Amino acid sequence: MRRYPQIALVIGLVASAVVSFFSDAIDGYALNILILVGINIILAVSLNLVNGHTGQFSLGHAGFMAVGAYVSSSLSLFASEPILKLLGGSGPVANNVFFIFLLIAGGVAAAICGLLVGIPSLRLKGDYLAIVTLGFGEIIRVVFQNTESVGGARGLGGIPQFTTLFWTFAIAIVTIYVIGCMVNSTYGRGFLAVRDDELAAEAMGINTLRYKVVAFVLGAFFAGIAGGLYAHYIQFITPEGFNFLKSIDIVVMVILGGMGSTVGVTVAAIGLTYANELLRDAEQYRMIIFALLLIVLMILRPQGLIGDLKWLRKRKKKTA
Amino acid sequence: MDPSAYFFQQLANGVSLGVIYALIALGYTMVYGVLRFINFAHGDVFMVGSFAAFYFSRWLTPAMGDAHYLLRGTVVLVASMACCALLGVIIEFLAYRPLRSRPRLVVLITAIGVSLLLEYTAQLLFGATPRSFPELIPHENWVNFGGVVITNKQVIVLAITVLLLIGLRLIVMKTKVGLAMRALSLNPTAAALMGVNNNAIIALTFAIGSGLAAAAGVFFGILYPKIDPFMGVIPGIKAFVAAVLGGIGNIPGAALGGILIGVVETLVVGYSSVLGFSAGYRDAVAFVILILILLFRPSGLLGKVEREKV
Amino acid sequence: MTKPCFILLLLCAFVSGGGCKKSGGANENEIAIGEFAALTGGTASFGQSSHNGTKLAVDEINAAGGVLGKQVRLFTEDDQSKAGEAATVVRKMISREKIVALLGEVASSRSLEAAPIAQQAKIPMISPASTNPKVTEVGDYIFRICFIDPFQGTVLSKFALKREWKRVAVLTDVKQDYSVGLSQYFIEHFKANGGTIVGEQSYSSGDSDFNAQLTSLKSASPEAILVSGYYTEAGLIARQARQLGVTVPLLGGDGWDSPSLVEVAGKAMEGCFMSNHFSNEDPAPKIQDFVKKYQAKHGQIPDAMAALGYDSAMILADAIKRAGTTDAQPLRDALAKTADFDAVTGKITLDEKRNAQKSAVILTIKDSKFSYVETVAP
Repeated sequence: MRRYPQIALVIGLVASAVVSFFSDAIDGYALNILILVGINIILAVSLNLVNGHTGQFSLGHAGFMAVGAYVSSSLSLFASEPILKLLGGSGPVANNVFFIFLLIAGGVAAAICGLLVGIPSLRLKGDYLAIVTLGFGEIIRVVFQNTESVGGARGLGGIPQFTTLFWTFAIAIVTIYVIGCMVNSTYGRGFLAVRDDELAAEAMGINTLRYKVVAFVLGAFFAGIAGGLYAHYIQFITPEGFNFLKSIDIVVMVILGGMGSTVGVTVAAIGLTYANELLRDAEQYRMIIFALLLIVLMILRPQGLIGDLKWLRKRKKKTA
Repeated sequence: MDPSAYFFQQLANGVSLGVIYALIALGYTMVYGVLRFINFAHGDVFMVGSFAAFYFSRWLTPAMGDAHYLLRGTVVLVASMACCALLGVIIEFLAYRPLRSRPRLVVLITAIGVSLLLEYTAQLLFGATPRSFPELIPHENWVNFGGVVITNKQVIVLAITVLLLIGLRLIVMKTKVGLAMRALSLNPTAAALMGVNNNAIIALTFAIGSGLAAAAGVFFGILYPKIDPFMGVIPGIKAFVAAVLGGIGNIPGAALGGILIGVVETLVVGYSSVLGFSAGYRDAVAFVILILILLFRPSGLLGKVEREKV
Repeated sequence: MTKPCFILLLLCAFVSGGGCKKSGGANENEIAIGEFAALTGGTASFGQSSHNGTKLAVDEINAAGGVLGKQVRLFTEDDQSKAGEAATVVRKMISREKIVALLGEVASSRSLEAAPIAQQAKIPMISPASTNPKVTEVGDYIFRICFIDPFQGTVLSKFALKREWKRVAVLTDVKQDYSVGLSQYFIEHFKANGGTIVGEQSYSSGDSDFNAQLTSLKSASPEAILVSGYYTEAGLIARQARQLGVTVPLLGGDGWDSPSLVEVAGKAMEGCFMSNHFSNEDPAPKIQDFVKKYQAKHGQIPDAMAALGYDSAMILADAIKRAGTTDAQPLRDALAKTADFDAVTGKITLDEKRNAQKSAVILTIKDSKFSYVETVAP
């Protein structure tokens, strides 16, 4: 299977199609959770590319999700007629093609933002990068909060519900495929090199800035798609929903799963989404448990569930 | 109200806000100085300080209800500062000390965990509904000239902050303990070799930083009497920006950075109609400043440029 | 790195998700009604009041034998005054608890969030106190039993004009549909009738520092300031305004209605005015009866949100009786036909837009209490 990931991809897509065919039999609430799981997988895997595989600590991922959500929603709310006409009316095929177009538009917009944010920020390291990405994430949020045409602080509602179980999981599988293959390729070794020792990589001739930006932009693209899926499921988005705390949610998934391990973060995304819902009744304690989990995990097992041990253990703090 | 009076009024508003950012920023900068890491949970210590003052004030009213407000206020202030200093030391001991030798990223994540823990525990204990902070200083206008109004609260808060800053400066510059702190921030190994008890000094740094954050929390409650468990998130981030603005690790820089951010934020809101955009961009001001500073002068206004050695 | 692993994992996710047990809703002998309210957070007073009122009504109904021979089971969810939560909890109640009708919310923003979901699921939704007109425009399954902001804005504007205030400033909470709408309708009517808006500023729910905005408005020398947001910020705004030397009266809408308002503002709110749905000082027997019942149960005098919460449950029960069933379409039609229902907050008739035609009252704050000034009919 490792040799022919394409086969795995096809199997995965077919499986999603089959399961979602039976989606009517699934309880509405469970469906809700499954779709959220899919979206979280996309978010976690895309952030993992930046944080885990390339070692750049980004705390602004929710900002890219917001861009994808808002751009795709604006198109579906305000530009649906002309585009649907181009596609020849509004039958099921046209609707689905339209949806894909929306998602990609959202992803591309997010990718462009990723480029704009990445180029200046990725020259910084460690803590500073974290804070700057957080800053950009918040700026994106504040901009949407003050843009009246997309509802401003009061949010954008009435978004048509195009997201289905099939699309969510198909895209999740595609995301895993793309990022997984990319990191395992010859080109992808560059990401890992940047993560392991940036100066050495630079000395070996790897254009570290370019790799970092590529990771960032790709991560942003998928986050934007996740945002589009989310918006067209929940049907109502507000800038507050994409704030710093949302970025932290995604970061926690990546950390728990083990930065740098695609399998790990996928499992973590599934697990955390379920845990979120299960603990909804104990809402008061949910986040406290998560926070404690995070602290304990960092002290005892910073590499997460299935993380890549070496790079976290080896890099000791500079003391002199 | 003529334009210059308007400007002065907004300036006064901005300084009041900035003083609070400055006090929080001091904690960030001190911890960064000795440990080279950003204590994400610092903004939440500020929140705990506010709530501590809220409850102390309530418990003390039966005993001290008739005392002069300055006395009662001072007791509440000192009590909150002590409480948060203790909290800071505990956090350092439990969450950060075990990770001393780990990569900064791991500690940063732990700090995020501590921050979330403080916020949600506060929500569990105090409820998510905002509370009304008691009036520790009864209101009086001390300046009312040409339309510019400055209240006694603003003056007292500013005065105490100046005292705290002077006190901090004295401790850092004139005492042995301060000398130890400065040595630690320059080179921990050498400091240890020279007989400095690193652990104790680090704990003390956390204690002082957290105490100052608590003071900020009390002053925030006095000036803007609404407190809730998440009140520390945004001011915490802005105070961090202030610390970076002034030069992270640099104590006067943090104070300067705080005041600057407070003033710029207030002026942006005050002149928002003139400048043509909505006052809702208020929160973005600090982030824009952050990005500009990190792009053009990452060592901050008063900081030294640090070269990375391989 | 084993790709089949992923696929298998995902399949497991599907299967376990599909196997997710359906949580129990009401059983056969009960009528499941969902309520979503802000029980915690920045507008907790609204949710708690309306929930108390609704619960009081449901308990009364059940004590009298229920509706159509079945007991009413009330499912209540907290949306924490947060945008985004309302949609989640409403979805959950519809699919898990299988509610037949939805009561909520007080805040227009959160009603707007939940309404499309209720409309799509064909669950009749009654908002007790959301006044933004957009709420019922979402669809024909969405109702409200209070007046709407074009009316409320006009009421406030007329009041201001009657007091001969020609220069008014406006301070809006841009995070709340209610505040934005109310400011807009007030400004429209005020300007059209000879008044001048001398300054407009804005803030966001959750802000604590309003000095900059207040200083700006002060420099325009208004005769009154409309603070169209909710009580949490309004109280603080009043305090900071007085401290800055702004002595003119403040005007507000029903969003001020909470005991917390005076708690936060202290004396700063004395002499200010607000429009509201009802006054608990009204001697009408139905109102005083309700006040007594509520006070006996909760130890406090009910505010408008409590009264409206009570009325919303009562009207729903009445509609179920008239429809003879809890099926969606007949229930919706019965609700739409509600006419001259004798509620605590007045006689309620729902018009063709599913809004209620009611009078508003103007209250003032005197000696830290809400005190009746006058009634304004539509």
